[in-house]
Amino acid sequence: MINVFENPKALTDIASHYCPGCTHGIAHRLVAEAIDALDIEGQTIGVAPVGCAVFAYNYFNCDMVQAPHGRAPAVATGIKRANPDNFVFTYQGDGDLAAIGTAETIHAAARGENITVIFINNAIYGMTGGQMAPTSIPGQVTTTSPYGRKPEIQGFPLRISEMMATIDGVAYAERVALDNVKNVRRAKVAIQKAFEVQRDKKGFSIIELLSTCPTNWGVSPVTALDYVREKMIPYYPLGVYKDITASKKEASE
Amino acid sequence: MSEKVLMKGNEAIAEAAMRAGCKLFFGYPITPQTDLSEYLAKQMPKRGGLMLQAESEVAAINMVLGASAAGERVMTSSSSPGVSLKSEGISYIVGSDIPCVIVNVQRGGPGLGGIQPAQSDYFQATKALGHGDMHIIVLAPANIQEMALLTGEAFDLADIYRTPVMILADGALGQMMEPVDFGAKPVRELPAKDWACNGHGHKRLRNIVNSLYIQPEELERLNIERFERYKKIEENEVKYEEYLTEDAEITLVAYGITARIARTAVKLARAEGIKAGLFRPITLYPFPKKQLFELADKTNRFLSVEMSMGQMVDDVKLAVEFKKPVTHYGRTGGVIPSPEEILDEIRRLRREI
Repeated sequence: MINVFENPKALTDIASHYCPGCTHGIAHRLVAEAIDALDIEGQTIGVAPVGCAVFAYNYFNCDMVQAPHGRAPAVATGIKRANPDNFVFTYQGDGDLAAIGTAETIHAAARGENITVIFINNAIYGMTGGQMAPTSIPGQVTTTSPYGRKPEIQGFPLRISEMMATIDGVAYAERVALDNVKNVRRAKVAIQKAFEVQRDKKGFSIIELLSTCPTNWGVSPVTALDYVREKMIPYYPLGVYKDITASKKEASE
Repeated sequence: MSEKVLMKGNEAIAEAAMRAGCKLFFGYPITPQTDLSEYLAKQMPKRGGLMLQAESEVAAINMVLGASAAGERVMTSSSSPGVSLKSEGISYIVGSDIPCVIVNVQRGGPGLGGIQPAQSDYFQATKALGHGDMHIIVLAPANIQEMALLTGEAFDLADIYRTPVMILADGALGQMMEPVDFGAKPVRELPAKDWACNGHGHKRLRNIVNSLYIQPEELERLNIERFERYKKIEENEVKYEEYLTEDAEITLVAYGITARIARTAVKLARAEGIKAGLFRPITLYPFPKKQLFELADKTNRFLSVEMSMGQMVDDVKLAVEFKKPVTHYGRTGGVIPSPEEILDEIRRLRREI
């Protein structure tokens, strides 16, 4: 009998705490599949953030370190510099990576730390119950922007992948979405590419995944996927923002 | 090996750290400790180590967390305002039960304060270096030789008890030069770091370094276990020095640079026929409580001398349990007390007895 579907080896058997319809499960799976594909579980150390993914250390079969809020790239720097031949990835949400940890993110990128950052952008604080995130889009209603995010009051969202593209230390930056099968398959390719960039010691790689939060957006999982497509992708266009591995010919095409 | 070299305190810590097998250093420039990281920036690349200047104190301590979690000997250093920034990371390191060495070359505060020597971070270091039920071991050297010796000791203590250890120095000790011998350091038996996150290689179960425990009973159990470890440290690792305490009517209690000035004041007092003595705690946490409690039966009163408005004095009071009066004399804001003004205070106390 041929197995056509099985759990990635790099994921544990523990049932996750994520809400029904949340795309964290897909993102975890894609990371685990990349680890399996490159057969690097035994050399990989994951760094869990503070936020919904704080329990990520329960779900991955590799060694895991839980970092203070926003500090995952600094913690990953320490792990990687201690053992440069290990694979190190962080798994961070938008509040963790783009608000409280902005400095750690930018400077780890600027140093060209040879780590992989998995960035879950769902435009909201999930763990604390639906507050405005640095990536909440203008007009988005959250518990701390109950009248919709008003740029004149709460300012503008950050476009992280575009920022990353300006930094010399970044080897690979891509924004993907988890709203449909085609995009999920693209996300899988992107994540594996990021780990390959790390394997080849090219520098910092970051994959931004536009994700859903049905619970705190207050919509059904299906409507949440529509929201990613209709509201988020127009504000956060998908694509490869930086790829130093592409040949000059490819890049100019 | 046992050759004396003339060295600044900050550099002696740096050199001793490398000799103790410290492979990584993460820091951020701040006066008066910057020359420590400058020394390492020069030396570590030549000796198989890494000195990395972080974007902030916050990042530096979290790099320490990562490198320690990976199983390496790692250190960071700073001065008072910078240590405040590190306190978040220190609490996580304690909560994760992993070792590291943190140096605080104290300057005056609060706020940006000044850049002259002070001892006003005593409370922070010994009582509240981070949120939660926690302490870390605090060692207080009083000369450059001791800065080197205690740095080596700090790495061992950190590994044995799986805790951060702080070297609490000050701007004077950091900047002054004295001869130092980096020769033989006692060799201690160290536990294996079987908890390290360095890749399981499919040879062991995965390791998790974590400080999150959602179940209150589990968190309570771990906090109790940690405080049992603190008790063990108190039983086995308390260090102090006594000078002329055997017949002292007035016992000065002072640590670090202040202890040296107090020692001179004790000599001056003795020359006048006043029986003064000096008790110098070397471990500030755990504090030598038992030893001071016993000393209280011999002396008439205690005088805590500090470069602060009075912080360690509280620990002296707690230690002697009101058996004898305890008072404080101190200068603050970066002002160093002179032996003469301490002598004046000793004379005043003598008149009160």
